[in-house]
Amino acid sequence: MHPAFSVIFLTTLIGVGQGLFLALMTGQSYAAVGLVTVSNPNEFYAYGSVTALLFLIGGLIASFFHLGRPERAWRSAARWRTSWLSREVIVLPIFMLLVFVYGMLHFIGWDPNILGAEQPLQGQLSLFVGILGMVACFALFICTAMIYACMKFLQEWYSPLTVINYIVLGGASGFTLATLHASVYEPGLTQLFGVWATIITLVALVTRLASLYRNTRIKHKSTIQSAIGVRHSSIDQKTQGMMGGSFNTREFFHGASQIWYRSVRWIFLILTFPLTLALLWAGLETGNGLFLALAFVSQYLGLIAERWFFFAQANHPQNMYYQSI
Amino acid sequence: MTQLALVIDLNVCVGCHACVTSCKQWNTSGPAGFMSDDNPYDKDPNGTFFNRVQSFEIGEFPKTETVHFPKSCLHCEDPPCVPVCPTGASYKREEDGIVLVDYDKCIGCKYCSWACPYGARELDEHQKVMKKCTLCVDRIYDESLPESERKPACVMACPTDARLFGDVHDPDSQVSTAIREEGGYQLMPEWGTKPANHYLPRRKTRIKIHEDELIRADNPLKKEGVKPRTVVDEPTLDDVTSW
Ligand code: SF4
Ligand code: SF4
Repeated sequence: MHPAFSVIFLTTLIGVGQGLFLALMTGQSYAAVGLVTVSNPNEFYAYGSVTALLFLIGGLIASFFHLGRPERAWRSAARWRTSWLSREVIVLPIFMLLVFVYGMLHFIGWDPNILGAEQPLQGQLSLFVGILGMVACFALFICTAMIYACMKFLQEWYSPLTVINYIVLGGASGFTLATLHASVYEPGLTQLFGVWATIITLVALVTRLASLYRNTRIKHKSTIQSAIGVRHSSIDQKTQGMMGGSFNTREFFHGASQIWYRSVRWIFLILTFPLTLALLWAGLETGNGLFLALAFVSQYLGLIAERWFFFAQANHPQNMYYQSI
Repeated sequence: MTQLALVIDLNVCVGCHACVTSCKQWNTSGPAGFMSDDNPYDKDPNGTFFNRVQSFEIGEFPKTETVHFPKSCLHCEDPPCVPVCPTGASYKREEDGIVLVDYDKCIGCKYCSWACPYGARELDEHQKVMKKCTLCVDRIYDESLPESERKPACVMACPTDARLFGDVHDPDSQVSTAIREEGGYQLMPEWGTKPANHYLPRRKTRIKIHEDELIRADNPLKKEGVKPRTVVDEPTLDDVTSW
C-alpha cells in the first residue's frame, strides 16, 4: 500500500494523545490509592490533558487531508454498524470530549467525592470521568487498528498483532511523553512514568518484532493464477491496459526503492526502541529533561517510520494485475 | 432475486479495447458527470476508467498463448467494499444486485478501494469521489432506448461478442447457460466475495479419434491370410442356375 502521510500522522498523533491520557490516569490511580503523592495535581493533570488534546486535534486535522471531500466528513458517522472507520469517527470526538472534561475538572479543581467523602478513594468525579475516558481510549485504539486488521486479504494486517501493536506503540509513546511531562510539572512522578515507558516500549518491541517475523514469512493466498483464473505455472503480464498509470498504480504500491524500504525498517526499529530506551535511561539517571525530550522525539520519529513501513509492507492482491506496463 | 452481471468470454476476446472506450464515452457523458481525463493525448496521460483490458502471456516460448483480460467491477454477491464504507455511499442494490457509489455521499476516503481485492475502484482525481462500473444502470432501464440496446455500453461495443449480459440467478438466462455449459469461473474465489461476473476460459475444439476408428480393426479384408479365395473345382453359380 502507498503510505499516505495524512494517515501516518493521524494514527501516530492520536496514539501519543491516547497513551499520554492513559499515563495521566495511571498516575491518578496510583495517587488515589495512596501509592504516590502528587504535589501539584491540578496543573499536572490539566496541562497533561491539554497536551493530550493537542495531539488528538493534530491527528484529527491530519485525517481531513486524507479525504477527497472533507466538507462531507460528517456523513462518515453513518455506518457504524458495519464500518470500523465509521466507529473511529464516532469514538474519536467522544474521547476528545472526555479528555477535555477530565482536564477541566482538574483545572478548576472541582472534584467532589460522588461516592461519599468517607471512602478512602479521593478525587472520585475526575476518576470516574477518567475511567470513562480510558474505555473510550481503548475503544479508539481498537477502532483505529481494526480499520486495517479487518481486511482479510491484506494478510499482513489481518492479525490480532495489528491491534496489539497499535495499543502498545501508542501507549509507549504516550508514556514517554508523560515522563517528560512529569519531569517538568511533577518531578516526583518521573521515575514512575519512566519505568512504565520502558516496560511498554519493551513489550512493543516484542510484539512489533513478532508481526515483522510473521509478515516476512507470510504466504499469500492469491496468486496470478487465481487472479485471472488460468491454470499455468508461467503467466507473464504484457500490458496492464494503460501506460500512464492510474489510481491502481498510485494507491497500492509504496513506490520506494528497495534500499529505502529496507532501511526504513532499521530506522524505525532503532529509533523507536533502543535509542528511545537509552535516552530514557539517561534522562532518568541524570534527571536531565533534555534526554527525556530527545527520547520522545526519537520515539515519535521512529513511529512515523514504523507507520510508513506498516503501510508499505502490506501487499494488496490487486497489485497482481499491475505487474508490467 | 435478480443479480445482473457480465460474462466475459476469454476465448473470443481479441483485446481491442472497444469496451474500454465505449464505456468511457457513455459514462463520461452521463448524468453522473464526467470521468476525469488529463493529458489524454500528451505526456503522462491519466484518467478514470471503469474497465481495463489487460494482456497476459501464458506459457513459455514457443508454447505460448495470449490471453486478453477485461477487468471491471465484478458486482460481488458478498461485496467486501460495501460494509466498510463509513458513509453508506457504497451500496448494493436489492433489486438487481448492482454495486453502486452515491457520488453525492462519498467523502473520498478510499477505504472501499482498499477493501476490493480486484482493484476495481478508482478515485476520480477531480471530483474526488470513488468511481466504478455501474453496469450502465442509466442505460439498461432506459425505456427511450430500443429494447435491444438496453445493455451496458461495453456489451454493445464488443465486436466479437465476448461480453454477455444478464441475470446470473436465472438458471435459463443466456449468461447462466454459458457459465454452466462453457465452464464459467469467478476470480479469486479464495476470498468468498462471490463475484457475480464470470469469465469463460479459453477453449480448444478437438475431436477425439482413435486410430482403430480410422483403420477398421474388424474389416475382414484387412485380415491377413483370410482373404476369400475362388474355389476352382466346383461349379460356379452360372453353371447350376438357369437365369
Ligand atoms: S469487484 Fe470490488 S468493487 Fe466490485 S463489488 Fe466486488 S469488491 Fe466491490
Ligand atoms: S471512498 Fe466513498 S464510497 Fe468509498 S468508502 Fe469512502 S465514502 Fe464510501
